[in-house]
Amino acid sequence: MDRRESLKAIVLSTVSSALLLESCDSKSEEQVAQVLETPESSPGDWRTPEELERLKLVTSKNFFTEQELATITILSDIIIPADEVSGSASEAGVPDFIEFIVKDKPEFQTPMRSGLKWLDIQSLNQYEKPFRDLNEGQQLEMVDAIAYPERAAPEMKKGVAFFSLMRNLTATGFFTSEMGVNDIGYVGNRPNQWKGVPEEVLRQHNLVYTEKELRECVTFDRNA
Amino acid sequence: MADYQIKEEPKQYDAVIIGSGAGGGMAAYVLANAGLKVCLLEAGAMYDPATDSAQLKNPWESPRRGASTKFRPFGDFDGCYWGWEIDGEPYTQAEGTSWDWWRARMLGGRTNHWGRISLRFGPKDFKHRSIDGLGEDWPIGYEDVKPYYDKVDRLIGVFGTNEGLENEPDGIFLPPPLPRLHELKIKKAAQGIGIPVIPSRLSILTKKINDERGQCFYCAQCGRSCKVYADFSSGSCLVKPAVATGNVDVIPNAMAREVVTDSEGLATGVSYVNKDDMLDYQVNGRVVILAASACESARLLLNSVSRRHPNGLANSSDVVGKYLHDSTGASVSGVLPELMGRKRYNEDGVGGMHVYTPWWLDNKKLDFPRGYHIEYWGGMQQPAYGFGWGVENLNGKLQVNGKTKEAGGYGKSLKEDYRFMYGASVGMAGRGEAIAFESNYCEIDPNVVDKYGIPVLRFNVKYSDYEINQAKHMNQTFKEILHEMGAIITSGGDAGPHNNWGLQNPGKIIHEAGTVRMGNDPKKSALNKWSQAHDCKNLFCVDGGQFVSQGDKNITWTIMALSMRASEYIVDQMKKQNI
Ligand SMILES: Cc1cc2nc3c(=O)[nH]c(=O)nc-3n(C[C@H](O)[C@H](O)[C@H](O)COP(=O)(O)OP(=O)(O)OC[C@H]3O[C@@H](n4cnc5c(N)ncnc54)[C@H](O)[C@@H]3O)c2cc1C
Ligand code: SF4
Repeated sequence: MDRRESLKAIVLSTVSSALLLESCDSKSEEQVAQVLETPESSPGDWRTPEELERLKLVTSKNFFTEQELATITILSDIIIPADEVSGSASEAGVPDFIEFIVKDKPEFQTPMRSGLKWLDIQSLNQYEKPFRDLNEGQQLEMVDAIAYPERAAPEMKKGVAFFSLMRNLTATGFFTSEMGVNDIGYVGNRPNQWKGVPEEVLRQHNLVYTEKELRECVTFDRNA
Repeated sequence: MADYQIKEEPKQYDAVIIGSGAGGGMAAYVLANAGLKVCLLEAGAMYDPATDSAQLKNPWESPRRGASTKFRPFGDFDGCYWGWEIDGEPYTQAEGTSWDWWRARMLGGRTNHWGRISLRFGPKDFKHRSIDGLGEDWPIGYEDVKPYYDKVDRLIGVFGTNEGLENEPDGIFLPPPLPRLHELKIKKAAQGIGIPVIPSRLSILTKKINDERGQCFYCAQCGRSCKVYADFSSGSCLVKPAVATGNVDVIPNAMAREVVTDSEGLATGVSYVNKDDMLDYQVNGRVVILAASACESARLLLNSVSRRHPNGLANSSDVVGKYLHDSTGASVSGVLPELMGRKRYNEDGVGGMHVYTPWWLDNKKLDFPRGYHIEYWGGMQQPAYGFGWGVENLNGKLQVNGKTKEAGGYGKSLKEDYRFMYGASVGMAGRGEAIAFESNYCEIDPNVVDKYGIPVLRFNVKYSDYEINQAKHMNQTFKEILHEMGAIITSGGDAGPHNNWGLQNPGKIIHEAGTVRMGNDPKKSALNKWSQAHDCKNLFCVDGGQFVSQGDKNITWTIMALSMRASEYIVDQMKKQNI
């Protein structure tokens, strides 16, 4: 079985068991199975011709230079490094995402390019080397000066704005990657039954469902 | 793509319908099932969620991670083609005014994405002039529409609960889903300060209602349009079964230019531009039904100038385009420290809120005349573009796992912050009634045409103190609820007179209505109480155009009830040979 086939098989068996537990509705089971096959079909399949054309245009050229991308990669891994739970930003493909999004949202181009320049000029002044060629300690020293907006020196304002943008792009790119979604623990986007907040969580928050709610709402077996 | 489209056919139809959204889809459904031959003109492409929706895509399957584009302003996976701007189809605004116009271009119109909030208007909503002297009463009342609301509930399916509230009529409801954690917290906090919170009313099938449509499996992605048709969209739930009768021809990519009339002034058909070859065609029918959305239907009428109708069709009253209004909207959101570091589980639920707040106060005691309802959101949603954005404004204000942090930062410590904060957001928005003023209108811009050569609309809409005062009340109420919950407010907290208390631009809430309004007096209205033009008896308008006012409810359930009512009237009048 190739990867796609095996994925499909896993998905299908989960669905049918989930649904068979509480509904003998073969029609909707079949429909759900169809839905689940679709995400595997092709990456652009939901797009209109106008959108495909735009995608082609956006991906047909590069925006960042190799040197710029190297700096972006270093910065993104400083922002989101690997830890016990998951890998680093670059392992999750964040630099590629940033390259794409600045072409898709051109309003980021000037802030990113001028921010990278600013960083290199600072670095050249201080160490006579561009940022990407500094050792780790030097890089972190420079980052420390721009990573904390409330204590950064006034003359670092430009760097602070750039680093905040880098931080935001990195976080968005990381936590929307497969690695990041697993890390954050989002477990939805799949067929299931909403049975309400788990009992232990209700207890933890001192909440209960009212009798009215339990009587009126869709009832699946809450403990199944 | 769906396979129920036809090639051009010179055929005499019983009815030509312009637009396949909520209003047009319902008209096609009723007329086709009554055996009438229907031509449905749709400016957009064919669309069937079963094959064309991105329902269960993961964020990384979009290189932009679900960020918006002009093609999909609500995000890359969203179910709506086009929105605030359409290439080659501009609109303009009179100086000093603003109107944001959302236009879908696809089979099913805006109902592929819409929020599925399905509220009936109450008795007061049809007669508000009698209560506060503002605007106009409808020529019909709740009792006239109730049978159609009942039929729409049964045909399409909506969940909710019968609460016996005076102006939030009971309906025929499927069971609602249980509230999520943040919704329980909202409910507790709001009820503590006298604000009711009840199960929401959404047209999503929590139980199966027929063999053509599946049952909801709780993926929270209704906005992408449901592949098993467990939520309502006009294309899958009305147009598809209408086509299955064999009585409906859908012509996609057909941009209606104007309604054609004869020397008697009666409608004979519609001329349209075929967007594929850019040539003009005409299709003829015994009746013409406008359902292109309130503003577009007004545009079509104003562009249908003839010797018999020199001021535009159905416009001897000069009201077409006037009384344009949208729901008001303002929101406040924040994060809830109590929800930080929370246990993970699948809390997707349906694609929308599980609870809401209907209007609960008496306007006689307030400085604004009409009410609003409150919509809620929050919790552990699928990460998308924008995730974690602005963390530097937030993490410095928190105790993260017991430690005070400095705003901003990087590294493992920052990574922990994102995890800690995930799922703790909560927000609320008011959707209120604006007064339909004659001075708020759209008209034909004499200087601008679109790429088909059709003159475009120029908007002239301004909010009054009524709406601004209402937004202020929303803002203060939402802050109170959030305060009561112990939330940190992250947006909307700084609203004030400088930004009209967060009141959104008119049009932004996407409930356009009032431009072809109904009434008993042909001098003050374009349509009679059957949605039929006073000036042209075989012309009808079944979208939000016919609304006299829009209540503190979202408008689509009423569009569909009125469209069904008008369509049954058309069948009856045709039988009696009156049209
Ligand atoms: C993001 C969003 C959320 C919403 N949420 C809710 C909600 O929760 N509850 C609610 O009640 N409402 C909601 N709405 C509003 C709801 O979608 C509309 O009220 C409803 O779809 C209106 O139906 P309609 O038939 O008037 O127009 P539409 O659904 O817009 O359909 C009009 C159709 O006409 C076609 N058309 C336009 N011009 C022409 C032309 N010249 N020739 C041929 N065809 C033409 C268009 O392509 C379109 O398909 C929401 C809308 C949006 C966008
Ligand atoms: S939440 Fe339910 S109705 Fe909405 S898209 Fe998912 S399965 Fe369909």
